[in-house]
Amino acid sequence: MVESVVERITRGHFWDFHGGIHPPEQKFLTSSKPIKQLSLPKQLIIPLQQHIGREGDLLVTIGDRVLKGQALTLSTNPMVVPIHAPTSGTISAIKMSVIAHPSGLSQLCIFLDVDGEDTWRKRELCHDIEQLTNHQIIEKIADAGIAGMGGAGFPTHIKVNRQPDINFLIINGAECEPYITADDLLMMEQSNAIVDGIKIIDKLLTPAFILIAIEDNKPKAIKALQQATASIEKIKVCVVPTKYPTGGEKQLIQILTGTEVTSGQLPIHAGIVMQNVATCFAINEAVRHDTPLIRRVVTVTGQALNKPQNVWALLGTPINFLLEQCSVQNIENENQPVIMGGPMMGFSVSSELVPIVKTSNCILVPSKVEMPSAFEKESKEVECIRCGQCSDVCPSQLLPQELQWSAKAKDHAQLKKLNLSDCIDCGACAYVCPSQIPLVHYYRIAKAEIREQQQLDLKAEKAKIRFEARKLRLEKEKIARQEKHKKAAAARKAAMNKATPEATGAKSAVAAALARVKAKKASKAQVDTPDAPADLSTEVVDDQKSQVSAAIARAKAKKQLKAEAATKLSNSSDDTNKAVDVDTVETKTTVTQQPTVDDKKAKIAAAVAKAKAKKLSKNAEVTDTDKVTDNTLADKTVAEKTVNIDDKKAKVAAAIAKAKSKALAKANAKAESLNEEKIAANNVSATVTSNVTPTDHSPSNSAQAIPEDIVVTENAENSDSKNQNESLAESTPTPAMDKKAKIAAAIAKAKAKKKLKEASSVENNDQDSV
Amino acid sequence: MAFWIASSPHNHNHTKTPNLMRLVIYATLPGVLAQWYFFGWGNLIHIGLAMATALVCEFTVLSLRKKPISHELFDGSALLTALLIGICLPALAPWWISVIGTMFAIVIVKQLYGGLGHNPFNPAMAGYVMLLVSFPLQMTIWQPPLSLVAVDLNFANTLTTILTGFTVEGYSVEQVRTSIDGFTMATPLDTLKTNTGLGLTVFESIKNPIFGDNFALGWEWVNAGFLVGGLFLIAKKAIAWQTPLSFLLSLFICSFISYSLNPDSSASTMFHWFSGATMLGAFFILTDPVTGATSNKGRIIVGLLAGLLVYLIRTAGGYPDGVAFAILLCNMSAPLIDQYTRPRTYGHLKGDK
Repeated sequence: MVESVVERITRGHFWDFHGGIHPPEQKFLTSSKPIKQLSLPKQLIIPLQQHIGREGDLLVTIGDRVLKGQALTLSTNPMVVPIHAPTSGTISAIKMSVIAHPSGLSQLCIFLDVDGEDTWRKRELCHDIEQLTNHQIIEKIADAGIAGMGGAGFPTHIKVNRQPDINFLIINGAECEPYITADDLLMMEQSNAIVDGIKIIDKLLTPAFILIAIEDNKPKAIKALQQATASIEKIKVCVVPTKYPTGGEKQLIQILTGTEVTSGQLPIHAGIVMQNVATCFAINEAVRHDTPLIRRVVTVTGQALNKPQNVWALLGTPINFLLEQCSVQNIENENQPVIMGGPMMGFSVSSELVPIVKTSNCILVPSKVEMPSAFEKESKEVECIRCGQCSDVCPSQLLPQELQWSAKAKDHAQLKKLNLSDCIDCGACAYVCPSQIPLVHYYRIAKAEIREQQQLDLKAEKAKIRFEARKLRLEKEKIARQEKHKKAAAARKAAMNKATPEATGAKSAVAAALARVKAKKASKAQVDTPDAPADLSTEVVDDQKSQVSAAIARAKAKKQLKAEAATKLSNSSDDTNKAVDVDTVETKTTVTQQPTVDDKKAKIAAAVAKAKAKKLSKNAEVTDTDKVTDNTLADKTVAEKTVNIDDKKAKVAAAIAKAKSKALAKANAKAESLNEEKIAANNVSATVTSNVTPTDHSPSNSAQAIPEDIVVTENAENSDSKNQNESLAESTPTPAMDKKAKIAAAIAKAKAKKKLKEASSVENNDQDSV
Repeated sequence: MAFWIASSPHNHNHTKTPNLMRLVIYATLPGVLAQWYFFGWGNLIHIGLAMATALVCEFTVLSLRKKPISHELFDGSALLTALLIGICLPALAPWWISVIGTMFAIVIVKQLYGGLGHNPFNPAMAGYVMLLVSFPLQMTIWQPPLSLVAVDLNFANTLTTILTGFTVEGYSVEQVRTSIDGFTMATPLDTLKTNTGLGLTVFESIKNPIFGDNFALGWEWVNAGFLVGGLFLIAKKAIAWQTPLSFLLSLFICSFISYSLNPDSSASTMFHWFSGATMLGAFFILTDPVTGATSNKGRIIVGLLAGLLVYLIRTAGGYPDGVAFAILLCNMSAPLIDQYTRPRTYGHLKGDK
C-alpha cells in the first residue's frame, strides 16, 4: 500500500478531500520580500506557556540578568516545554499580562528589559549528528523548547520520540491560509537547514518515506526544496493543488496517502507523523547550533500596512513593535481588527501588547475594503435557508446547518451525533454562508459548553464518590462512638455500684441523693430489713439505685401492712411493691439506656428533679396526709374510681404517692394512704409496661421524653467537643434539635411541675369534698 | 490601545441571501417572457398583484412580530413566492385569486411557521394548492394561447377580465376561452386526460390545435424558457443540479416505460417534460432549499420521488397536473430523507453515525 501511494505521488497524482474553498490568497503582499531582521525591541513579554500542555517552573526572579538563550523555565514533565530568553537583559517583572488568546485571557508572563547587547550564553555546537544518540537528540529538542510551529503547539519532543513502524513522515509546507507566507519564505531562504532538520527527524523516526507537501502557489519554495532534496531518494516533494484547508493535518494526510485518520485517533496510529517546516528548521537550530526556539518568522501583512513583510521576530515581541516596523496606516480607527493568524482561522487580539509566541505565524491588519466583515460591529446574520453550501465545502463532511440549529438549541446529544468534535474550525462553512451566519462561532461556544458540562459531570461524579465515602466513614465513626459510649456507661455503672455503698464519695448527684435517701430510710426502717433480702431474691434488680428504691418501697409496704393489718389490702401490697419496682427500674433504665448519663446537664436535671420531688413530697406531706387520714373510706372509693380515668393523674398521683409513702413511712401512716398508693402504682405500672391505653399520655410521654432529649443534646455536645468540623458539616439540624430538645425538656418539666401541683390540689379538693 | 474583536473566519465570499433570491427572480425572466408572448398579459398582471399583496402581508406580519422590517422585507423571498404564484395561476383568473393565494402563502405558510428558513412547505405551492382545492372553478379557467383566441386579449382587455370578469367589449371569460369552433379550450394536459378518459388515443387527441406542432402550443416554449433560466442558475451555482436532474430523469423514465408499453394511451416523454409546470417545478420550486433536502443524496431522492409522483398524478390522479401536489408531498418527506442521507463524516466508518 505504501508503495502504491509513493508511485502515485511520483506520478504527481493525489487524492482529494471533500469540500474546501478558494478564498483570495493575497500572498503577493509579502511573498516577494525577503525575511527582515528587526532591531531589538525595548521590552519582551514572554508568556510562560506557549504550547499545548502546562507551564514550566520558573527559574528566574525579578531583577535577574539573563543571557540570550538562557532557560527561563524548567521542564519537569513531558507536557512542559521550557521557554528561553530571546535576548540578553534584565527581568523587570513577572506578572499577568494579556496573551495571544481568542478570549483575550491573561497569563503569567516574564517581562524582559532588553539591554541591547544580545549576549549569548555559552553554546555547544554539534558538528556531527551521528555522534549523538537518539536520546540525546530528543533531549536537545526538549531543552530547546520546541513546540509545533504550525499552529497547534504540540510539544515536538513527544512527536519525534521513536515510534515503531512509521510509514510516512509528512513535512507540512502547504501553508493554505490566505495572506501567510512565513513558511514560504523560510523554505525559499532556509531550504538546506530545513532539510537538515528533516534528516534529524528521519534519524529519530526512520519512516519509510518522507513527503514534503507544498501547495502549487509557491513555485520558488518548491524549487528550493527540490534542489535541497535532489540527492535524497527517500524525500519526495509533493506539489499539491491550492485549496483551503489543504494544510490541515487530516486533509493533507488524505491528499497524500488517501487514508483518513480515524475520528478520535492521532495520525501516529496510522503510522504517519506530520511536522511543520518551521519546526524542522527549529529542530536543526536546536540540535546543531544549540539554539533554543527564541525567534520565528512572522508574516506581518494586510492592506492597512504600508510595508507588509515577513520578519524574524523574537518570541515575546509585542505586536505594536511589529506594526511600527511595518508602518501601520490608520490604527487609530477604533474598529481596526488586528488578527493573529490568517483570515480563516486566526483570532483578533485584544491589545497591542499581545506578544508573539511559538505558534504565531501571522499578524494581519486588514483594511476595511479588503475584509469588510472583520469590521462589522453586529453580525449580519439572517435565517438559515438550508442552501447546503456549507456542507458542500466542509472538509470533514459535516452538516454545518444542522450543527448550527443544534448548537443554538444547546442540544448536546444531537451535536455529538452530528460529530461536532470532528469539526476542525477551518471556517469554510462560515466563509460561504449566504446568510452570513457565524457558524464557527456557534460551534466554538457549543464545544466550550460541552467541555464545561463534561468537567461538571466529572466533578459531580467525584463529589458523589467523596460523599459516599464520607457517609460510610461517619457511619463507622457513629458505631464506634456508640460502642465507646456503651463502654463508658458500663464503666460508670460499675464505678457507681462501687461508690454507692460507701455513700461518701458521692460521685454523681443521683448517687448522692439516692445514698442520702437510703441512709435516711435505713436509719428509720431498720426493723424491716430482714424481709428485704427475700424480696430482693425474687426481684430481678440489677441496679443499686433501684435496689435502694425497691427496698424503700418494700419497707413502706411492710410497715403499712403491719400497721394496717387489713386483710383485703394485703394481697395488693405485693402488687404495689412490684409496681414501684417496675417504675423505678423503668425510669432508671430509660436513663441508663442512653450511654451518656455523665453529662453535666443530665446530672443537674436529675438533681433538680430530685429536689423538686423532695419539696413536693414535703408539701404533700403537709397538705395531703392529714386530710387523707380523715377520709379513709371515701378516699379509697374515689381513688378506685379514678383508677382508669386518667394517665395524667395517674402519673402525677404516682409521684404524689411516692412522696406520700415517704411521709407515711416516716410516720407509720394509715391504710388509706397505702390504698391510694397501691392504686396509683397500679396505674403507673399499667402506663409504663403496656402503654396500650388510648388515653392522653402527654405528661408521661413528655416526662419520658426528657431524658431522651437530654441524651440528644448531650450527644451533639459530645460530638462537638470531639470533632467540631465534623459535627458542623455533619448535620445542621442537630444544633437546632439540640435547642428544641432543651426547650421541650424545660417546657415538659415546667408542665410536669404545674400538673403535679394542680393534680395535688385537685386531689386535695376531691378528697376534701368527699 | 485595544483592538476590534471578531470571531474567525474574518473573511467572507460576500454572498448574501437577498442576492441569491434576486438571481432566482431574474432567472425566471425567459419563462415569463415566453408566457407573456404566448398567453398575453394575464400572468404579468397576476404577478404584479401577487407581489404587491406579498409586500403588504410581509410588512404587516414583520411589524407584528417586531422583526427588522428593512432587513427582511426586501430579502426577495416574499417577492419570489409572489412571482411563482403569479406564474402558476390561470391567466384570466379573477384578481382576488392571486391576492388570497399570496396572503395564504405569506401569512400562513411562511410567517406563521417562523418566516424565512422555517417553513416546512413551499409557500407558493401551498398557496396554489389551497386555491386549487378551494376555488376549482376559477383555478381551471385556463386561457388558450393567444393565437387560438378569437378575442383580442390586449392589456386593457386582460386587465378588465381579471378585475371584472369581462373584457372591455363585454365578452365573458367563458367566451374568451371558447374557440372559433365553439369548444371551450383547456390546457393540453387537461385535454389529453379528458380525451383518454373518453377512450380516444393520444394520437387522436393531439390533433387538437392546442397541442400545436410539437407537444403543447405555447406551453412548450414557456417550459423551454424556464429550462434556460434553470440552467443559468445551475451555472451560477445558485441551485443544486441534483434535484432538477433527478426529477426530470425520473419523469422521463416513468413516461418512457409507460409510453413504450402502451403508446396509444400514454403521452410521450417530451410531452411530459414540456407541458404543464414541469420545468418551473424542476428548477424553481423543487430546488427551494428551505423545503427541500440538504444532502446531495437526499436531493437526488427527493427529485426521483417528485418525478414519480408527478407522473402518477398526471396519469392516474384526478388533476391534470400534479407538480404542486408532488412538491408538497416531497416537502413533507424531506426531513425524513435528510435524516437517512447524512454523509459519512471524515474519519468515521460508514454507518457509524
